[in-house]
Amino acid sequence: MTYVTEDYIDASGGDWEEVVAKAQSSGAERLVINMGPQHPSTHGVLRLILTLDGETCTEARVGIGYLHTGIEKNMEFRTWTQGTTFVTRMDYLTPIFNEVAYCLAVERLLDITDRIPERANVIRVLMMELNRMSSHFVAMATFGMELGATTIMTNGFREREMVLDIFELITGLRMNHAYIRPGGVAQDLPDGAVEQIRELLKEMPKRITTMRKLLDANPLYLARTRDVAHLELPGCMALGATGPMLRASGLAWDLRKAKPYCGYENYEFDIPVSDGGDVYARYRVRMAELEQSLRIVEQCLDRLRPGPIMVDDAKIGWPARLELGDDGLGNSSEHIAHIMGGSMEALIHHFKLVTEGFRVPAGQAYAAVESAKGELGCHAVSDGGTRPHRVHFRDPSFTHLQAVAAMCEGGSVADVIAAVASIDPVMGGVDR
Amino acid sequence: MSVNGNGNGPDSGGEQEENLPARAGEERLAAPVARAGMFGAKTTGDTSGYGRLLVRKTPPQASERPFTDPDDPRTAAFDGVADALERALQGEGAPGVRAVERVLVDRGEITFHVRREHLREVARLLRDDPDLRFELCTGVSGVHYPDDTGRELHAVNHLRSLTHNTEIRIETACPDADPHIPSIVEVYPTNDWHEREAWDFFGIVFDGHPSLTRIEMPDDWHGHPQRKDYPLGGIPVEYRGATIPPPDERRSYQ
Repeated sequence: MTYVTEDYIDASGGDWEEVVAKAQSSGAERLVINMGPQHPSTHGVLRLILTLDGETCTEARVGIGYLHTGIEKNMEFRTWTQGTTFVTRMDYLTPIFNEVAYCLAVERLLDITDRIPERANVIRVLMMELNRMSSHFVAMATFGMELGATTIMTNGFREREMVLDIFELITGLRMNHAYIRPGGVAQDLPDGAVEQIRELLKEMPKRITTMRKLLDANPLYLARTRDVAHLELPGCMALGATGPMLRASGLAWDLRKAKPYCGYENYEFDIPVSDGGDVYARYRVRMAELEQSLRIVEQCLDRLRPGPIMVDDAKIGWPARLELGDDGLGNSSEHIAHIMGGSMEALIHHFKLVTEGFRVPAGQAYAAVESAKGELGCHAVSDGGTRPHRVHFRDPSFTHLQAVAAMCEGGSVADVIAAVASIDPVMGGVDR
Repeated sequence: MSVNGNGNGPDSGGEQEENLPARAGEERLAAPVARAGMFGAKTTGDTSGYGRLLVRKTPPQASERPFTDPDDPRTAAFDGVADALERALQGEGAPGVRAVERVLVDRGEITFHVRREHLREVARLLRDDPDLRFELCTGVSGVHYPDDTGRELHAVNHLRSLTHNTEIRIETACPDADPHIPSIVEVYPTNDWHEREAWDFFGIVFDGHPSLTRIEMPDDWHGHPQRKDYPLGGIPVEYRGATIPPPDERRSYQ
């Protein structure tokens, strides 16, 4: 006999004892609960509003906005160069992708895409692939933790640390880099960076194998992920799912191959695909992508040739060179000596470009990159001034969270956790 | 999509007459204002004397055929897409070529300016026509142009065809006084949250959206924060005796 009632128990707030008393006194079977926004398995401040019938989740709705910081609005009050400082903070697990998407849009507006030096492009690809690895490791680590596997969590964060050490060496910071700039990158690779990346290339395959041994055929892991949170290809298309979500439902779509940018057409790599369409398939795709990223990083090191790292245009390229000192990243003393003691014109130029910034011809551009999570698009509009008229980011996490209802309704409440984790949402990117 | 772009082609008037300096000057003065002043601060912060300087925008542009520039590989598919769309628009029950106001090819990207009353039909054709097949919509981005009188609010959709590997932009404008644009959620369900975001930040009402509520701001919020007439906010910060005003009141270049 099916039991249908309009009556439900509202457990969305208030004193728990009162909720329990009400639940006991009423005959309703359905329970509406809030999962989050403060909940360890919601990747930050995601709020899930679940209607439960026993252990079954009959309705799932998503509430976002708890981490909205107005980044897009703030960027309208800063120069185009300062924009990278903001975008890097959006999806804080994929900062390099945010920066590259933004810079590609600005460069398209400036019409200098073809003039970006080869070395800058190789460094961008190198950083993006390293970033893809660190993001996938966090995805795996938090996923493990949410399913109760703390070894996965500690291993994942340990592996990610290797990448973050490299980021710290190259950009001076573990996150919030603002390293990719319109026209190129902020500074060249420091001494020892290539050696450290080679070290990672040697060590990482072993670490990936360890993780695969732990998870690939683990019966507990399979029980929690196989045939859970299905999203087939038509669902992916309708809901705008891209990245590992789409590739896990069988379509080999990757912007790096379809619309190459930053010279991706020069690298050899495969697009991992799985046709399971479930949480396990998404895990397998991410794991395989780690291995492909290692391949690309290796090719980047072979392609690195000495050369400029900023566009050869004094009206756009940042005048100051940076230097990594004992107290962090700062202006190079050589440059300061030049502008303060050597050349009046250089000082004026430096002052104008740093305080005023460069003008970007009026118009609009959309640049998209294949971030670790899917298509990350940047729509930049210029009115011809030194500040953006509007910058909008199409964040993959934002789009993918719409799929929660499709993936969770009708499943058990425990699978909601697995479904959300397999999307790998980062609220910094969702809310911006 | 009129063949002559915005309809101001060479046939629409005496060519010689239009090039008279007085006429050209009038046109320039009629163009919308892009920027006022030279500095960021609109208040007393700007002591430069340039506060009343007005920089006007070029009038709305349209591209003429051919849209494909043989020297620019990025534009290779544009003529094909435009032809297919024109064909689809002339089909039975379709809104006709007038649905597309003008087409602009700029920096290797093609923009179809679609009249708002036909947006949904055009989106459906773009998705379903076998020669178009724009299966993926990457969401709507609102833009506020306060000086573009009568077309202040723009909704910009980027569409991507996985079948043909092409990318286009669909732009629809509506006046501030009547901020209604049809929702295309029934064609592209992924636009659900994106349209809620554009409503939340710009106040564009997407007619036909299943539940147009705020998404990022609290439900009881007043105003639409990303509009240009909405202040950035912020408080002055004091540091070692000096006071630094919030970013939108600082004296700065623009």
